[in-house]
Amino acid sequence: MSFQATPKLEAEVNELISHYPVKRAASLMVLHAIQEQFGWISSEAVQWTAKKLELQPINVFEILTFYPMLRQQPMGKYQIKVCRTLSCALGGAYELHKHFCDKLGLDAHKHGAQTTKDGKFTVEFVECLASCGTAPVMMVGDKFYEGVSHAKADEIVGGCK
Amino acid sequence: MAQEYKLILKHADEPGYTPDIECYLRHGGYDALKKALVIPPKDLADGKKLSGAEQIREDVKVSGLRGRGGAGFSCGLKWSFVDRKSGKPIYLICNADESEPGTFKDRQIMHKDPHQLIEGMIISCFANDVKLAYIYIRGEMPEGAKILNRAIKEAHAKNFLGKNILGTGYDLEIYVHRGAGAYICGEETGLIESLEGKRPYPRIKPPYFPAILGLWMCPTIVNNVETLCNVKHIVAMGGAAFAKLGTPNNTGTRIVSLSGHVKKPGYYEIETGKATIGELINDPKFGGGLRDGRKLKAVIPGGSSAKVFKAGEKFKLKKKDAEGKEILVETDMLDLPYDFDSLAAAGSMSGSSAIIVMDDSTDIVEALANLSEFYAHESCGQCTPCREGALWMSKTLHRLTHGEGRAADADYLVKIADNIPGGRTICAFGEACSWPVQSFVAKFKDEFVAKGAADEARRAMENSETAEPKQLASAHH
Repeated sequence: MSFQATPKLEAEVNELISHYPVKRAASLMVLHAIQEQFGWISSEAVQWTAKKLELQPINVFEILTFYPMLRQQPMGKYQIKVCRTLSCALGGAYELHKHFCDKLGLDAHKHGAQTTKDGKFTVEFVECLASCGTAPVMMVGDKFYEGVSHAKADEIVGGCK
Repeated sequence: MAQEYKLILKHADEPGYTPDIECYLRHGGYDALKKALVIPPKDLADGKKLSGAEQIREDVKVSGLRGRGGAGFSCGLKWSFVDRKSGKPIYLICNADESEPGTFKDRQIMHKDPHQLIEGMIISCFANDVKLAYIYIRGEMPEGAKILNRAIKEAHAKNFLGKNILGTGYDLEIYVHRGAGAYICGEETGLIESLEGKRPYPRIKPPYFPAILGLWMCPTIVNNVETLCNVKHIVAMGGAAFAKLGTPNNTGTRIVSLSGHVKKPGYYEIETGKATIGELINDPKFGGGLRDGRKLKAVIPGGSSAKVFKAGEKFKLKKKDAEGKEILVETDMLDLPYDFDSLAAAGSMSGSSAIIVMDDSTDIVEALANLSEFYAHESCGQCTPCREGALWMSKTLHRLTHGEGRAADADYLVKIADNIPGGRTICAFGEACSWPVQSFVAKFKDEFVAKGAADEARRAMENSETAEPKQLASAHH
């Protein structure tokens, strides 16, 4: 069983539902809450969400498959997201992404998110993170980093225990 | 000389300025709200009375405020379209899905001065009889969402939000709603679908104008973060005084996001139209010029969807001469005043006021390939011309940047781009993905053709080299 709603999640979800006159509107926020606790959204979690919001599972599943931030499988403990869009690319985003991949034994040319064999790191390109003046920028989980040199990148990886 | 003019970002970067409510109150915070809530009814000449809320709406019209999200549509007009007779609740959504590549202004406001946004929202809600509002913030700004939630809690504690606000009988709740990494949620009807808990497929207009059939099929206002902040200042200083900032029809200030190959990338607030593109790039107060030894190659003036300008490009702009007669004046791209109308007259747009600068080290084909990959990734997939076209353009540019190009690819790209927009798609994403391709290829065509031709020549050479040993081998037998 990959999903068991905790009392904490139940309480959080009930609060979220109260923010909307229509339950369905809470679905994206509920999926965020689930992912925050479990790291990803399993089909059991989809079933649970659907029941909670009085929806068909497909209504939840179609959201899960649309939004890039929502995960359908477990990812690395540390998720490195490097912005790849123009201003960051002009500022060396591709070199930064390659630096992470080389350092962690991943293939910089491979499409999509890649996770190291030990499950510690996931590296992926994401689209514009809206901080183009401090390119190149990236995130690790919820943490945001600006003007990331290769030395800074090494520090960031070193700080992930 | 062009100067910075800080209205929205007046305090954000001051040393010691913090995002908490006490700091905001010390700086005159929520004074405009207190003023707005108690505006007495005004008697009109025809005997009718104008309520305080109606007077704010009128003042926003007088201010000339235009939307800061991208389209530059009149805010007062947008509000005037709201169906107030339907009997349904009216909703307001703050569009904080800042995702247009090149843009990073709303991030500054939300992170550093969240109460300014909350105050602007409360006033806008009061003016439009809104009792429930949402801030739709992009998923990649978890910190921003936390800061806003904290600010909302603080505003509640001071009774700026909640029931019977400051004893006026007015009730309002604001909730933060997070996106999850989809650019299309910045399109207002896509955003509404997303908020409703569906895929963010934009709705077709007509009939689904948000002002009439928006969130849950109720009248809905969707305004950008910076736009809503401006409403606070319009109430504080009066619409007529606000209209004196900037230039006619381009009133107020704009926060310009400057990125790419300049010495000092960053965000700079100016009176709209009172600095030129050249000043923003080169003036030491702004971008500080290009990196040493580099020359300007291209400028994207209003976020990645805006049509690119080529260095040295000249435009004929309408101006009035001393006698008030309209004349055409040749204007260099760098001398264009940074406002809505001049950039539109030059065939592009100021969009979300994001300038991306590219110097002569830039491979222009690579730059367009980068943007096209973005649009191919972000097309919601609802309309065939956009879903397929954006992907074809990206694939064509991928082959052009990976040694597999053809000389004819330049024309092929334009052919695809020309067949996406112009009423073939539900939303303006069709335009947004086509404009970069159309403008890059039109203005730098020789580079696209040369790249494709070089690839073709190289492939022809490789083919003849691989063919040769075979002939030799057969000659030996």
